Amino acid sequence: MVIAHKLNEKVKSSSPPPKVKAKRDFGITGKIFKQSIILILFLVLWQIAPAIGLADPAFLPPFSEVAVAWWHLLISGELWAHFQASILRSIAGFGLALVIGIPLGLLIGWYPLARDLFTPILELFRNTAALALLPVFILILGIGEVSKISIILFACTWPILLNTITAVKNVDPLLIKSARSMNISSFKLFYKVILPASVPTIFTGVRMAGTGAILVLIAAEMVGAKEGLGYYITYAQYNFLIPEMYAGIITISVLGLIINFVLVKLEKHFSKWKQAE
Amino acid sequence: MDKIKFERVTKKFLVRDEQKKGAQREFTAIQDIEFSVKEGEFITLVGPSGCGKSTLLDLLTGLTHPTKGRILIDGREITGPGLDRGIVFQQYALFPWKTARGNIEFGLEAKGIPKSERKEKAEYYLNLVGLKNFADRYPHELSGGMKQRVAIARSLAFNPDVLLMDEPFAALDAQTRETLQTELLRIWKETGKTIIFITHGIDEAVYLGQRVVVLSANPGSVKKIVDVPLENRTEDFDIKSNPTYIKVRKEVWSLLHEQHFQAAFI
Repeated sequence: MVIAHKLNEKVKSSSPPPKVKAKRDFGITGKIFKQSIILILFLVLWQIAPAIGLADPAFLPPFSEVAVAWWHLLISGELWAHFQASILRSIAGFGLALVIGIPLGLLIGWYPLARDLFTPILELFRNTAALALLPVFILILGIGEVSKISIILFACTWPILLNTITAVKNVDPLLIKSARSMNISSFKLFYKVILPASVPTIFTGVRMAGTGAILVLIAAEMVGAKEGLGYYITYAQYNFLIPEMYAGIITISVLGLIINFVLVKLEKHFSKWKQAE
Repeated sequence: MDKIKFERVTKKFLVRDEQKKGAQREFTAIQDIEFSVKEGEFITLVGPSGCGKSTLLDLLTGLTHPTKGRILIDGREITGPGLDRGIVFQQYALFPWKTARGNIEFGLEAKGIPKSERKEKAEYYLNLVGLKNFADRYPHELSGGMKQRVAIARSLAFNPDVLLMDEPFAALDAQTRETLQTELLRIWKETGKTIIFITHGIDEAVYLGQRVVVLSANPGSVKKIVDVPLENRTEDFDIKSNPTYIKVRKEVWSLLHEQHFQAAFI
């Protein structure tokens, strides 16, 4: 009887959720439809535009042709080689920017004098388009990996550095006062209060750097490289492999989306406590 | 015995001179403040804006130092912040990335209490402020009243002798404020702490304080200290009709308004 009772209870307690879930599933389907409909229309337009004479098929092949070219490149391993070269460069440059930008930003942000001294020149660098300096990097560092990773590092460092400085500067003074009144050491104050309070703002900079990394990467690869997605696009263009060129462009979009997705997820994770504040 | 003693405490700041561009002038926030607080006493400080309430609190925390005079705690001069004093701020000042429990443990950690003990202590104080079911919530998931309860628990947890409260209930709605006032009296009785409570509410000052220090502004100084001979405040449901309460309230009110009247003619 007890079992029957328990069972009954179980049935009772578990009966409402499926209903809710079913409703939510419908909601998710609706959401996917809403989010993808324009994208699908765009691809359809791409497919039919060359066929009905809206675009020259030689310069804009239909999407299906591009997709086939992409597939061939994928199974031949050619695409993967370029993708790998690109992603390794961007991770190296981006990673170095994190390692340099965050500690340096924390340091500069923590000391008001350093902050006042450095902010103007940092703003200047941030607003100098990294690509304008590409010739300088090539002149000094050559056309090898070093110059490519360096320019990505350069482009990524500024948003990370400046956001970190701002983050440290803008920590709620009341929290600092509250912690100080508990007589904690400056070191503890720094890593128990300043650092966690700064994380969300730092991450905004990290995400901006992620977007910048791809942009600069492709441009750097277009100018003197032997592999990488940027190189492949220009190579395909010069050899009039137009569907392959578009396949390369799509791959870059995918790379950008992946990086942004990962960073947004990370940002959300680290800023959980900031929601609805 | 005197727990805290203010000895002719004066605090001056340099502020921007409104008359002369780019110049600075001296501004006296508080002047010759002198009074003492007994061990285990609940004292409230009430005054108009500009009476230097916040300055007084900063001096008590030890984050700033008097220009003249000194503040003694247990006969020793305050030279810096310390865990013998706990502070409750009007804006809670909770660490938003820590849960209620995490916030309470922060002070315990500052005191160097081992990890195993922290959890137990946090539990006790969460219970004391009636939040044991909200231990794992983040501040943004708590109401204003709950946040202030956490802040009070945090300050009590590291077991300070003195609790300094800077208009802690000013940001709360009337209902929550009343509940928390009663709760605070209960906690005070349970823990026997010395409490210095700053407020701009006359009712709050009279209801909570055994004595009310009435401050005057420009510069901040003690106008009068009024005794509040009320017993059993928490048991009396209609304390605001109590003749003693009414009398004291009227006195404090007059003291504060005299001042406004004067100020209007300066």
